[in-house]
Amino acid sequence: MGQWLSISQIAGGVSSGKLKAVDLVEQSLKIITDKKEYDAIIATTEERALRRAQQVDAGEITGRLAGVPFIAKDNFLAFGAETTAASNILRGFNAPYQATAIEKLEAEGAICVAKANLDAFAHGTSTENSDFFTTKNPHDKTRVPGGSSGGSAAAVVLDMAPFALGTDTGGSIRQPASFSGCVGYKPTYGLVSRSGVVAMGSSLDVIGPLTRTVEDAALVLDVIAGRDDLDGTTIERDPAGYTKLDDSSLKGKKIGVVCEHMGEELDPKIIEIVNGAVKKLEDAGAEVTEIRLPSLPMALAAYYILCPAEVSSNLGRYDGQRFGYNFGEAKNMNDSYSKSRGRGFGKEAKRRIMIGTHVLSTGYYDAYYKQAQTVRTKLINECEEAFKQVDFLVGPVAPTTAFKIGENTGDPLKMYLGDVMTVGVNLIGNAAISLPAGEIEGLPVGIQLMAPQREDRKLLSLAKQAEEVLA
Amino acid sequence: MISQEVRAKYRPTIGIECHVQLKTKTKLFSAVGNDAREAPPNTLVSHIDFGLPGALPVLNEEAIHLATRAAFALGAEPEHFSKFDRKHYFYPDLPKGYQISQYDQPIIAEGSVAIEVDGQQMTVGVTRAHLEEDAGKSIHHAGQDYSLVDLNRAGTPLLEIVSEPDMHSAAEAKAYARELYLRMRYADVSDANLFYGNMRFDVNVSVSQTDQLGTRSETKNLNSFKAVEKAIEYEITRQIELLEAGKEVVQETRGWDDSKQKTFTQRTKEDAEDYRYMPDPDIPPIIIEQGYIDKIKKDMPKLPPELREDLAKLDVETSVIEDILDRPEILETVTKVLENGNAKSARRTAFWLLQTQPQDGEEKRSIEIDIERLNELSGLLDENKLSSTNAKMVFEEMLFTDFSPTRIAEDKNWLQVSDEGEIAKIVEQVIADNQKAAEDVKNGEMKAIGFLVGQVMKASQGKANPSLAQKLIKNQLGL
Repeated sequence: MGQWLSISQIAGGVSSGKLKAVDLVEQSLKIITDKKEYDAIIATTEERALRRAQQVDAGEITGRLAGVPFIAKDNFLAFGAETTAASNILRGFNAPYQATAIEKLEAEGAICVAKANLDAFAHGTSTENSDFFTTKNPHDKTRVPGGSSGGSAAAVVLDMAPFALGTDTGGSIRQPASFSGCVGYKPTYGLVSRSGVVAMGSSLDVIGPLTRTVEDAALVLDVIAGRDDLDGTTIERDPAGYTKLDDSSLKGKKIGVVCEHMGEELDPKIIEIVNGAVKKLEDAGAEVTEIRLPSLPMALAAYYILCPAEVSSNLGRYDGQRFGYNFGEAKNMNDSYSKSRGRGFGKEAKRRIMIGTHVLSTGYYDAYYKQAQTVRTKLINECEEAFKQVDFLVGPVAPTTAFKIGENTGDPLKMYLGDVMTVGVNLIGNAAISLPAGEIEGLPVGIQLMAPQREDRKLLSLAKQAEEVLA
Repeated sequence: MISQEVRAKYRPTIGIECHVQLKTKTKLFSAVGNDAREAPPNTLVSHIDFGLPGALPVLNEEAIHLATRAAFALGAEPEHFSKFDRKHYFYPDLPKGYQISQYDQPIIAEGSVAIEVDGQQMTVGVTRAHLEEDAGKSIHHAGQDYSLVDLNRAGTPLLEIVSEPDMHSAAEAKAYARELYLRMRYADVSDANLFYGNMRFDVNVSVSQTDQLGTRSETKNLNSFKAVEKAIEYEITRQIELLEAGKEVVQETRGWDDSKQKTFTQRTKEDAEDYRYMPDPDIPPIIIEQGYIDKIKKDMPKLPPELREDLAKLDVETSVIEDILDRPEILETVTKVLENGNAKSARRTAFWLLQTQPQDGEEKRSIEIDIERLNELSGLLDENKLSSTNAKMVFEEMLFTDFSPTRIAEDKNWLQVSDEGEIAKIVEQVIADNQKAAEDVKNGEMKAIGFLVGQVMKASQGKANPSLAQKLIKNQLGL
């Protein structure tokens, strides 16, 4: 990392004419080509990106992100390339409309240059579930970049663009940020419109930026946040915005360490890094206490019921009848459904469809889905209580550093366990950020900072100070 | 065929599910026109209705408004808290793989509808009414190896009204269906056009000889009151025949063949689907404040029960009142005359309008007739200046001109003649021309006098006062 100025500097340079958007886009596309072996990118939107860059340079498009190239995870509907969500079933799908987040970024002059790889339909933590290829970790090509926004994280770390968009349903922004070594921001649920983003678990999905700095993340969030007529679950943005960060000292800030996340399942070296980071925050004036969230150990189980339930429902529309892959030789309607879906979906999508279908079936709904909702409610209440005692929570992002490609693919349960530190936040719907905090044997490790719902500005302020303290 | 005695051993039990299409401008979850009646296929379809990736439903507030009005029409109030759920199944006219409906927390929880059958009052309970989106339309052309799908209707808001199994005859079911129709129409919730399928009925029918309910069949998608009645009658007979033959009634979904006037098997319970209902995470729960409910309540128009009370002032038979309710444009005019304080004039107006067949644009004209002219016309009858036949003719003329009824009657020379001398001359002529009838009358066959009066009316072109004519005939015949 280091080939790019900060986002506001780039936009400032373009607006004042010192920088040319076309140069920036070409630079971005060149790095994408040079670093093709990392398989971070599914497709570039070269033609459209260059055209937009020319419009920016001609002054036809202006804004706070003028000329800033970015990369979108390929589950964002965007013009200029197919939108596949890294799945075979969506191969050949050209989006007839764009995601609200893309529209908002474009309205401020940003330029989407490429679509990043992911686990198909965002199901995974390594990009190994991509139906196309696995992205390589920028620090070690034999390892995964994290997932599901692994392509986005790797792209940012590899300098392919100043920032990338990701989605986070159970940690899919934060975990790859930790594995690849960048900032990953997961906003409060509803703060960024989900319209035009391929749905995974609708009650859990959020959209957020992967960036090199907290300041960049705050600026991108400031552009994409807010109510959207196309998403009924969106909330109002903070009237103060997200860029004017409170940079007073950490003194008096109450930070709680989540005990349930500091247990045995964690790599001791990661505990060391988290404790070290907490110590630095404390030295800078923060008041650190321990916080218990007794239901948190049940979060993973609840998540792997609720999320697949929503997945099984949300994937119903991929039936081969109107868009994407269709099995042409079907004998009849049901044959067309089962063959199109059977051949179009990968293993992990099918696994989640089956789990989800099972837990929603008559006779199992109460035992699984309803129980999981009860856990979710308990967790929300406990978290609310916790935030009466402290301003922020802190903990690890993932129990390990980036694992080897293929290491966990035979054991889906082990793969799911990797989400144990991140899914709680999605069930609760609050804001969280993954921040680089150290390295273990050359592999990056992030820490996770969490704030109550709608306290995104406060969280970004804290993260900015933590970024300085940890540097 | 089963005899009346056999039939009498069984008690039918009927419950009805009614789908009412709400007259919102746009669809339930997308900003696309909701009136699919004349639109070419697949022209009223947004990315949301098409189920594209990333498309999210956004609730149309107008549907909540209309559901609130519907609640009042069902003798209820909307729930303060309700939510949407997903009902999953695969079908080509269901693009998302699920239908957005309301499962366990519907917008209307409980209501009731009073009906009258054969002069008897009864109440049908409404178990619940919930909002849901309609599916698209599948078109299967006979002999083709493909089907066509039209998604214009996909996403149209429906209110599904579920009744208690409180009905025990086809007549009761028909009355209930018609009452729902009237209430939805007068609450201005739906266009309630049966021809366009704005209201569709599913009837659940079972028969039993005991207090325990029998196995039921559900006949779906009936779109007229007559079909509701006939399908239920058919089902009652079919089920009794099965039971009498020692066979069992199978729980199943049936369809109605209108040309054969028969129900037929569509789907048996064995292949009933598990819909895997789940709360829809894309749509926040509907929270309705009391203030919102009260505000809508204040602006509610009169509904059929109240309108019937008003129309009772006409002093006409119940069936006439129902005929008036069937024609809102007539009701409007009649009510205006009634509110003006002239019940007799209102009654006459009702009959004049009911007897006038509606033609193109006529509904509008009949509404435009002003009260003064109607009262004047009624007055001409009271004063014996017009025969009832000629009054009706004047009325029909009034639909086409702005002239006063007196002016019309004068111009057409329809005014009743009550001048004894003039009528006496006509009577004289009529008796001379109809000696036989005159003789009959003289011999006490008073029936024949009616004939003679008729002849006088004819000769006078309807202007003669008939009672005066009768009196003069009797005089001249020396009776």
